[in-house]
Amino acid sequence: MSVGTPRGLASSGQKPITEIPHPLSAAEESLSPGPDVSISSGGDKDLELTNGTLVENSSPASASSTSTSALLSRLQVEDNFEADAADLYATTETRDLFVTVDDPKKHVSTMETYITYRVSTKTTRIEFDLPEYSVRRRYQDFDWLRVKLEETQPTNLIPPLPEKFVMKGVVDRFSEEFVETRMKALDKFLKRVADHPVLSFNPHLNAFLTAKDLNKRQGLALLTKMGESVKHVAGGYKLRARPPEFNAMGEYLDTFSQKLGTIDRIAQRILREQSEYLTELREYASVYSSWAGSEEELQRPLEGVAGCVTTCCGALEDLSENMSQDFLPVLREYVLYTETMKNVLRKRDQSQAEYEGRLEAAVLRKQEDRTPMPLEVEKCQDKMECFNADLKADWERWQCNKRQDFKQLLIGMADKNINYYEKCQTAWESLVTVLQDKQTEDKTSIGSHVPRRSGKSPPLMTASLVQAPWILLDALSDQRKAVGHSPHEDAGTCWESRDLMVGMGMRANRLKDRAAETFDIFVNSFFHYIPGYKSSKLLGYTVYILTKIYNINIFFLA
Amino acid sequence: MIMADSGSSEEAAVIGNTDITSTESENNIINTMVERGTSLLKKMEISVAEAEKRTGKNTVNMQETYTVYLIEIRQAESATEGGTPAAPDTLWRRYSEFELLRTYLLVTYPYIIIPPLPEKRAEFVWHKLSADNLDPDFVERRRVGLENFLLRVASHPVLSNDNIFFHFLTEEKGWREAVLDTGFQDKVDSRLKSLSAMLRVKSPDRRFTALKQYSDELNAVVSQLLRVRARVADRLYGVYKVHGNYGRVFSEWSAIEKEMGDGLQSAGHHMDTYAASIDDILEEEEHYADQLKEYLFYTDAVRSVCRKHELMQYELEMASQDLAYKKQQKEELVTGTVRIFSLKGMTSKLFGSESQEQRESRLSALEQSIEEGIEAVMEKNTECRDFVRAAWEDIERFKEQKDKDLREALISYAIMQISMCKKGIQVWSNAKECFNKM
Repeated sequence: MSVGTPRGLASSGQKPITEIPHPLSAAEESLSPGPDVSISSGGDKDLELTNGTLVENSSPASASSTSTSALLSRLQVEDNFEADAADLYATTETRDLFVTVDDPKKHVSTMETYITYRVSTKTTRIEFDLPEYSVRRRYQDFDWLRVKLEETQPTNLIPPLPEKFVMKGVVDRFSEEFVETRMKALDKFLKRVADHPVLSFNPHLNAFLTAKDLNKRQGLALLTKMGESVKHVAGGYKLRARPPEFNAMGEYLDTFSQKLGTIDRIAQRILREQSEYLTELREYASVYSSWAGSEEELQRPLEGVAGCVTTCCGALEDLSENMSQDFLPVLREYVLYTETMKNVLRKRDQSQAEYEGRLEAAVLRKQEDRTPMPLEVEKCQDKMECFNADLKADWERWQCNKRQDFKQLLIGMADKNINYYEKCQTAWESLVTVLQDKQTEDKTSIGSHVPRRSGKSPPLMTASLVQAPWILLDALSDQRKAVGHSPHEDAGTCWESRDLMVGMGMRANRLKDRAAETFDIFVNSFFHYIPGYKSSKLLGYTVYILTKIYNINIFFLA
Repeated sequence: MIMADSGSSEEAAVIGNTDITSTESENNIINTMVERGTSLLKKMEISVAEAEKRTGKNTVNMQETYTVYLIEIRQAESATEGGTPAAPDTLWRRYSEFELLRTYLLVTYPYIIIPPLPEKRAEFVWHKLSADNLDPDFVERRRVGLENFLLRVASHPVLSNDNIFFHFLTEEKGWREAVLDTGFQDKVDSRLKSLSAMLRVKSPDRRFTALKQYSDELNAVVSQLLRVRARVADRLYGVYKVHGNYGRVFSEWSAIEKEMGDGLQSAGHHMDTYAASIDDILEEEEHYADQLKEYLFYTDAVRSVCRKHELMQYELEMASQDLAYKKQQKEELVTGTVRIFSLKGMTSKLFGSESQEQRESRLSALEQSIEEGIEAVMEKNTECRDFVRAAWEDIERFKEQKDKDLREALISYAIMQISMCKKGIQVWSNAKECFNKM
C-alpha cells in the first residue's frame, strides 16, 4: 500500500509496514494495548498524533468509502490542532522511550579505523522485548537508519545527521573535539526520532536500537535508495498551484536558512577576532610581568595586574571554546534540517502534481468514456492529502522544536558571555582590594625607603636580555612602519635597541662596566646625535658585530 | 587614596570604593599634589579650563592654525568668608609657550626632575583613534595634560617658588621677553660638552649610574606596554563591533518569526548597545595610557639630571687633573727634572736652557695658576656636592611620587576593567531576558 502509515497505531511487533492492516478496514482487529494509544479514546495524548486539519481539498465523492471515511473519521477525531501543538510538551512526561548516545571508542581493523558509540535504550513499550538495551553503532549505522526512515516515512520530516564527509586534511576525524561534537549531534538525532510520535514506532528504529548486528540489512539500503530517486525523477508532473500555506513554508525556509548562514558567519568572525585579541592580551600580560621585574614597590601591583590579565585570557579561551563546540554545531544542524524540510516540501509538491496530473487525465477520459473515477486517482489523492496533513503536523512540531532549541542556544550564549565577564570582574575586584589595602598600609609606614639597585643588576640584566632581542626585532619592524613618524617615536625605539646593545655588551663578560658604558655611549651617540639617519640602528648593530668579530678594542673608540 | 581613609579597615567599604570612576581616581592624584601643598597652591587654584583654535601668522609669515589654552587662576578663598567667589584671572597660552617655560626650568634647575609636557603629536595610537593634532579628543587630552603639568610644577617644593613660573600664570603679555631676558639660553650645556663628559667621566656617583640604568629600563618597558596596549585596544574594538552584526540579523530574522519575533528584536537592540559601548570604554582607557605616558616622558627628565651630574663630575675631574698637572710642572721646574714631555723642555734641551729670571717668572706664574686651580677645584667640588645632595633629595621625592602615582593608575585601570565587565554583564543579562521571552 502506498498510503502513509496509519496514524497513532503501534505497530504490532516486528511486522513490516506493508502487512499492517488499514485501521478502519478491519475495525475488529484488536489494537495493541499500548498504554498511550487508542484511536477512539480521543485522549489528549492521542490527538496530537493525528494531525490533519480540516482540509479544504475537495473531498472526493468517491465510492471507495473506506478510504474516504477513514480520512474523515481521522479528521473528526481532531480538535484544534494548535492546542495540540501546545500539548506537545505535555507528552514529555509520558515518554516511554529514552535513548542516549555516548561512550565513543575507536576500533582498529585491518581494513579501516572507525569510531563506535554506545546507544542505550530504556523503554516500557511492548514493541521492545526487553526494557533495556545497549548496543554499539557507528556513523554508517545512523546513516542507514536515516535512509530507512526517509524511505518508509516519506511524508515525514526526518531530523538531520551531522555531516558525513569530512575533508581528511582539514579535520581530524579522531580528534576529541570532533568526536565529541559528532556524538552530541547523533544523540540529538536519535532523541528527535525517539520523540517523534510516528517515527519512533518505525521498525527500523527498533532494529537499530536492539539488533546485535545491523550489517545484513545495510546491503538493501543502496538499492532502495536508488529506486526511490528514480521514482522521483520519472515523476515529471508539473505542479499547477501550490496551496498558500506551503508557499509560505517554502519562503520561510529560504529566509530562515539565509539568516542562519549569516549568524554562522558572524559567530565565526567573532571567534576569529577573539582569538587575535587573546594573542595580544597574552603579550600584554607578559609586559607587565617584565616591568614588575625592575620595580620594587610596584612589583606586587604589577604582578597583580599581569595575573589578572592572564586570568581574563583563560576565561576568554573558555568562552571561545564553548561557543565553537556548542553554538556553531547547532546552527549548522538547523541548516541541514532546513534542507531536509525543503526536500520534503518538494516531495509533497511532486505528490500533488502527480495527483493533479492523473486527475486531469482521468477527467478527460471520464468525459469520453463515462467510466467511474479510477482507483489510482483516488489513491493519489489520498496520498497527497496524507502528505499534506503529515507535513503540516511535522511543520508545527518542527517550529516548536526550533523555538525551544534556539531559545536554549541563545540563552546559552548569553550565559557563557555573562560567565566570562563575571570571572574577569572577580579577578579585577580582588586585585583592587589588595592594592587598596596595601595603599592604606603604606600610608602609615612612610619613609622606609629601601635604597635601590644594590646587588640587583644581574637578574635585571637577564630580564632585559630575554626581552632584548625581541625588543630589538619589535623596534626594527616598528621602524619600518614608522616612516614619517615624529622623531620622538624614533627616539623611543632607539632606547630599546640600546637595551639590546647594553645587554649584549654585558653578556660579553670580558668588558668591564666602564667599557660597557663606553660602548653604550658610543652606540647612543650614533643614534641620537646623527639626526635623520634612519638606518642608524642597523648600522650600529653592524658595527657592533664587526667589533666583536675583529676584537677591536673599544677603549680606542672613546 | 586620600578619600579612602575612613573606610580603609573594612572589607565592605573597600569594595565599595571600586565604584569610583577612573576620573575620580585621577582626581585623587591631583588631590595628593594639592595636599602636599606648596605655598603657591595654598594661595591659588590653577586649572587649564578650555582650548580654542586660533589662526595667525607664524614666523615665516604663513597662516597657521594653532590651539590656545585658557589658564584660570582662582584665589583660594575659604568658604567661611562667604560671598560670591571672585572671577578667576585668565590668560591664554600656546603649547609652544609651555615648551619655553619647561626649557627654562630645565636649564635653571638642572638638579630637579622637571615634570614633562603632554605629547606634542599623538603617538601609540590604535587605529580608530585619531592621530590628528586638531582632533577634539586629542586636544582635550592635551588640555588635561597641560593642567597636570602646571599642577606638578606648582606642587614642587622648589619649582613653585620660581618667579618666571609665577609670571607665566599671571601675566599674558611680556612673559616671553621676560623669560628670554633671564639669559637662560646661555646656560644651556652644549650637546658636545655633555657627550664628551659622558664618555670620559671616570668615577660618576654609582647611584646616578644605577638611576640612569633604571630610567632606561623603565622607558623601554613602558614604551612596549603602550604599544601592546594599543594593539589590544584595536582587537577588543573588533570583537565588540562584530557583535553589532547580530543586531541586524536578529532584526531581519524576527520579521519572519511569530512567537520568537519580539524577543529576537529586542535582543538585537541589546547587541547594538553592546557594540556601541566599546567607544566609551576605550576612550576612558586613554586616560590610563596618558598616565603611563607621563612617566615615560619623565624618564627623559631623569636622564638629563644624570647627564648633568656626569658633566659636573667630569668638570671636577678635569679641574683636578689640570691642577695635578700644574703641580707636577712646578715640581719639575723646581727640581729641574723633566718627567713630562713638554715643548719647553725640548726646546730648552735643543736651544739651551733659560736664564734664572725667566725660570723664576715662570715659577711664580705657575704658582699663581696653582692657587687658582686649587680654588677652582674646591669650587667645583662644592658645586658637585651640592648638586648631588639637591638632586638626590629630588630623586627620592620623585621615586615616592612615581610609586604612588603608578599604583593609583593601576588601581584606576583595574576599576575601569571592572566597570567594563559590569557593563558586559548588564547587556548580556538583558539579552538573556529577551531570549527567555522568545
